[in-house]
Amino acid sequence: MKAKQLFAATAALLTLSTTPIGAETTLEALRIVDPFARATLPNQPVAGGFMVITNTGDTDDTLVAASSSAAARMEIHEMAMDGDVMRMREIEGGLIIPAGETVMLKPGGFHIMFMDLSGPLVEGNETEVTLTFEMAGDVTLAMPVVARGKGGMGHGSHGGN
Amino acid sequence: MPMRATAILAWGLALLALLAFVWVSFLQPRLNESVADTLGRGDYELVATDGSRFTEDTLDGEPSAVFFGFAHCPEVCPTTLGDIGIWQDMLAKEGKPPLRAFFVTVDPERDTPDMLSDYVSWVPGVIGVSGSQDEIDKAIMAFRIYAQRIPLEGGGYTMDHSSLVLLFDERGRFFQTIRYQEDPDKAVDKIRRLLASQS
Repeated sequence: MKAKQLFAATAALLTLSTTPIGAETTLEALRIVDPFARATLPNQPVAGGFMVITNTGDTDDTLVAASSSAAARMEIHEMAMDGDVMRMREIEGGLIIPAGETVMLKPGGFHIMFMDLSGPLVEGNETEVTLTFEMAGDVTLAMPVVARGKGGMGHGSHGGN
Repeated sequence: MPMRATAILAWGLALLALLAFVWVSFLQPRLNESVADTLGRGDYELVATDGSRFTEDTLDGEPSAVFFGFAHCPEVCPTTLGDIGIWQDMLAKEGKPPLRAFFVTVDPERDTPDMLSDYVSWVPGVIGVSGSQDEIDKAIMAFRIYAQRIPLEGGGYTMDHSSLVLLFDERGRFFQTIRYQEDPDKAVDKIRRLLASQS
């Protein structure tokens, strides 16, 4: 009986750890949940990476850089719709994660941008991404690649705005 | 000199009448000429990924959707292509053929017809369009699209650009726009009305 329960618990844990949604990484006071990237189209050389970062500490931190073997370089960007015009900018100095607050990197807003992808991002795969924070330092996490039209956290196909 | 004053007044009135005539018969109609008649009209000459030429005449003959984007676009362009795929699926379920949709690059330097061909290949009915920078610039003007090259700190560049999908009827007249991430039901409603408007 006990073995069975243990098995069930282990199975549940395994399921959790292989489920992209809700994946969580902790780095000092920072909690990073639900990282994902979207599968790329044929010949699409760039991609956005998304996650939710919570700063549980009492000092601000800043996401200053990101890197991945999947891309020659990565930048931290903000996308915004200005009327019907899409504008994208690099965030100078990095993305501030204020103490006690949660910052969402999501489609249509902040994202880390994979540039010069070495190959397509394929649905079901994972890509490792190293994030560099000014205070907390580096953390490497697995970023699952989800199909287009699917955001994280159960957002439907239209999580862009 | 009352006579002189009367003459000046008469000539003044005649001039006013003439201006009013010119306004009513020529200028006002031109101002009122709707966007529908002029949008997309121009002497651009581009290359489509199906091997054909893309000119203002391409819009004649059957309804179409036109939108501008580029392959180095992380979010808006893939999402819009995905949305067009959703519209095409919905139309297919009603037994309708896919709507002709042209994806015109605002970044011809990087988006050659060859690479665009693969880029749009997965969505039924979508045809990529590229060409020389000059001809693309003409098309951007003709469709009144906003496109601006933005250099990136680490080298390279990105493009700010309009995200609207423009619908044209079978005579090449502008019909309506579909906004970025518009509710698919509303978008397909517009397409249905576009198809129904055919004479």
